[in-house]
Amino acid sequence: MKPYIRNVVVCAVLLGVVASSAMIHGVSIARAAENKNAAVTAVTVTVDNFSFTPKEITVVAGTTITWVNHDDVPHTVVSTDKKFKSKALDTDDQFSFTFTDSGTYAYFCSVHPMMTGKVIVQ
Amino acid sequence: MQGNGAAKKRPLGTKARNSMGNIIKENLNSDGIDRRGFLKCMAWAGTGTLCVMQGGVLKSFALGRGNSLDRAAIRGDFAFAQISDSHIGFNKAANPDVTATLREAIAKLNALPQSPEFVLHTGDLTQLSKADEFDTLDQSLKSVRTDRIYYVPGEHDVLNDNGEQFRERYGKDTKGDGWYSFEHRGVHFVGLVNVMNLKAGGLGSLGNDQLAWLKEDVKHLKHSTPIVVFAHIPLWTVYPEWGWGTDDSQLALSYLKKFGSVSVLNGHIHQVMQKVEGNVTFHTAMSTAFPQPAPGQAASPGPMKVPDDRLRSVLGITDVNFVRGKHTLAVVDSTLAGS
Repeated sequence: MKPYIRNVVVCAVLLGVVASSAMIHGVSIARAAENKNAAVTAVTVTVDNFSFTPKEITVVAGTTITWVNHDDVPHTVVSTDKKFKSKALDTDDQFSFTFTDSGTYAYFCSVHPMMTGKVIVQ
Repeated sequence: MQGNGAAKKRPLGTKARNSMGNIIKENLNSDGIDRRGFLKCMAWAGTGTLCVMQGGVLKSFALGRGNSLDRAAIRGDFAFAQISDSHIGFNKAANPDVTATLREAIAKLNALPQSPEFVLHTGDLTQLSKADEFDTLDQSLKSVRTDRIYYVPGEHDVLNDNGEQFRERYGKDTKGDGWYSFEHRGVHFVGLVNVMNLKAGGLGSLGNDQLAWLKEDVKHLKHSTPIVVFAHIPLWTVYPEWGWGTDDSQLALSYLKKFGSVSVLNGHIHQVMQKVEGNVTFHTAMSTAFPQPAPGQAASPGPMKVPDDRLRSVLGITDVNFVRGKHTLAVVDSTLAGS
């Protein structure tokens, strides 16, 4: 339970995986697809202290987002319009989903519904 | 000390004033008849509390460790107990051995001066809804000396299968997602489910089907029937920022307005909190597994690590004594650390 270290790791992962990413007020904009060599784009969203980080993320179509749960309690990642749904993720479990179509995808943790997040696919 | 006319005329005893006067705010209507008032008391994790309710007036006493409270004084017509949030399968720093502390809670139940005629488990039996976690819980609870154990699910018990396994094990005669009611010695008990079909951004939820059932369930009961409602997530808004409340609980409570005595027993927040509003007394129980922080006192409501030698002072059980004819319900929280 060291959120600071975790956040540093998260940032490092994001910076390492996503080419030229920008963090503005917790909103991450990934522009990896500008690099034509990147056939597959991957982004990580972490779950710490009952919240998704980043809470809102913008990616290009084709991006795979992986959610990793760092809490001591199980969480889920469930699309509000039923586009995707994870099983309960225990500590360090992860769930991935590839966003092929552009649009806005709101999601939440069905175990702790005050935990919400959003994926914007361009 | 309780249950006599003199006590009725004096909503808060001198002892209560001395011990809890700093956190109790009272505003009583002195109408001399139903004595409905508003009184709020809260006790954070680790504090034992005794509450006696008489016709809507709560008397509250802090139980210090070693306090020689005479439990015989609150002995009623029958007693039942509540345990909550066993989280079998949890093994992180906040408590690496939740089965051991559950066993200690059971020993505590079995040592009560008045044996509970039944036990209510208010949810989060398991950490991850796994079959072997339910098995371990069942195996442990076999040693509870009581006639029956009633269950309602917590959100940890309905992961991945919408509560199918839970209902198969504990809710065969229940309605809908697992709600039900039963009578015991003239008291009407209602077990509600508020951990299913939760909506994004929302709190706990009962849902329209369950609300319609509840309305019908209590419709034909006499106003004098004492009501005890139990559910996992608090049915009052404790702290919405952490999801500690139930979106449609006000509607449920509106169906219970006509009753003189309504007691609501919840778990979920792993600490003792109480509140009285009109005819309704709300109470949350300690966990048998690990404590959670007081509202807003940590970055999240996750399991709280306390020093090892303090753990048992923040885990515990609740026992309830009912005194017929006096509308008296005495709720006693005891930690595992107490004698």
